[in-house]
Amino acid sequence: MSAGVVAPRAGTPPEAAGEPLLDVAGLTAGYGGTPVLHDVALRVPAGDVVAVVGANGAGKTTLLRALSGLVRPRAGTVRLGGADLLAVPVEHRVRAGLAHVPEGHGVIAELTVDENLRLGGLWRGGGRDLRDAVDEVYALFEPLARRVASPGHQLSGGERQMLAVGRALVSRPRLLLLDEPSLGLAPRVVADIMAMLRRLCDDHGLTILLVEQNVRSALSVADVGVVLHLGQVVATRPARSLLHDDALRHAYLGF
Amino acid sequence: MDHFLHLLSSGLARGAVFAVFALALVLIWRAARIVNFAQGAMAAATTYVAFAVTAATGNYWLGLAAAVLAGALLGLVVERGVMRHVARQSPLNSVIVALGVVMVLQAVLGIAFGNDYTPMRVPFSMEPLWVGGVPLLSPYDLYVIGAVAMLLLALGLLFTRTAVGLRMRAAAFAPETSRLLGVPVSRMLTLGWTLSAAVGAFAAVLVIPTELGLNPHATDTLFVYAFTVAIVGGLDSPVGAAVGGLVVGVLLSLVTGYLGSTLAPIAVLVLLVVVLLVRPAGIFSARQVRQA
Repeated sequence: MSAGVVAPRAGTPPEAAGEPLLDVAGLTAGYGGTPVLHDVALRVPAGDVVAVVGANGAGKTTLLRALSGLVRPRAGTVRLGGADLLAVPVEHRVRAGLAHVPEGHGVIAELTVDENLRLGGLWRGGGRDLRDAVDEVYALFEPLARRVASPGHQLSGGERQMLAVGRALVSRPRLLLLDEPSLGLAPRVVADIMAMLRRLCDDHGLTILLVEQNVRSALSVADVGVVLHLGQVVATRPARSLLHDDALRHAYLGF
Repeated sequence: MDHFLHLLSSGLARGAVFAVFALALVLIWRAARIVNFAQGAMAAATTYVAFAVTAATGNYWLGLAAAVLAGALLGLVVERGVMRHVARQSPLNSVIVALGVVMVLQAVLGIAFGNDYTPMRVPFSMEPLWVGGVPLLSPYDLYVIGAVAMLLLALGLLFTRTAVGLRMRAAAFAPETSRLLGVPVSRMLTLGWTLSAAVGAFAAVLVIPTELGLNPHATDTLFVYAFTVAIVGGLDSPVGAAVGGLVVGVLLSLVTGYLGSTLAPIAVLVLLVVVLLVRPAGIFSARQVRQA
């Protein structure tokens, strides 16, 4: 694949490496009268993979849904590239450079592989630019190129995850939010997916915020690890350091 | 054999209209997961528009175009003004509100135009053409079949070849994911209602002249048959609506021709029960999801 799919879109200044692309402060969000996230602070430097890990119910999915607008925060600020993201309607956040691959991948089972991919870039209109972006994804994920006309429900779990990430790339994101990409996949497929995420970051400068229950896999590819416990951030450290902190792992991650 | 061919051909012509009306129901179901019980009354109302415009101008085609436009407008008003505000509540609420829309529309039509049956003009003869000594389709039947075929083709192209069609399908199948991808789901829902009501208006203008005539309740039977068609074909399947429409049309024609018109509704009911027992989701609705 060329760098095109994950290159910053025209008119958007590329963030300098190490600068926070996403800056979250004081984020409180939940469902109905029950808050799930409490005063969450998070910084995602441009070009990094940041993994948010934690037990079931820690608030990982709610965090991503609050960032993409599917859950309305009660308090806090979310800035993407310096701009206030909370002021942007959900449907327009993709224009701001945010791509969210939801839990369970979000592949639309009734649409073909090609239709799913084109949908990722329709917000820019159609035409040559969209076709080029889709072709670049086919070059990156060759198995998808062999299933162009297959409906989503005929794909394997690994292919669906590939399609979900590919569709996000077609939108030419600045920040990719990934919710449990390992869910339901065999260990070998998980390893392939994680390696692919690392390549996207290293080779193309994509910035990724990943939430995972599969702590070892996530931290093995991440630059920074964030531990979320009962809706609160309890640690933010280099990923390798988290992986080797026995006390923290036992206390919050269960292994 | 001649009698069979005649019944078969007339059944196909009638079934084509059922298919279009059922397709209107399928469009709403796919967009909003609502069975639009007001579809029949809405189509009756727009057929009065066709009648009025044709009477005023003497031009059938202007009347047809006015009905389709009025249908689109009525779909917009019903969705934005009524259904949108109840759609997120219990599904039963949508059904009750739709039945309320039926009562309001039929009452207003009755007050404005009376309850007598009014014959409608058609642009082609309804006398059957004789082929090899057998009475087959009339010129009007051929027009109906051709118009329905063109409409189905246009809708098929809209949904499979255009960006707006892709957005509409995505919004219907996965609204939350579609929002994340920048699809204006709310607008797609409105567009679904608009399109569906226009399609229903088109079907009603085609079929009402072949029945007793225009009346506030003229589409009641059409709605019941089209609803059966949609269930038989699969509520989420446009192909099911097309095939189911033809099947029900031919079934009605054959039962009426050989056993009498009183048995025709029973035959359709039996078909409905059999399909619900064998394939509860409809003949064309099921899809197999591969395990990850």
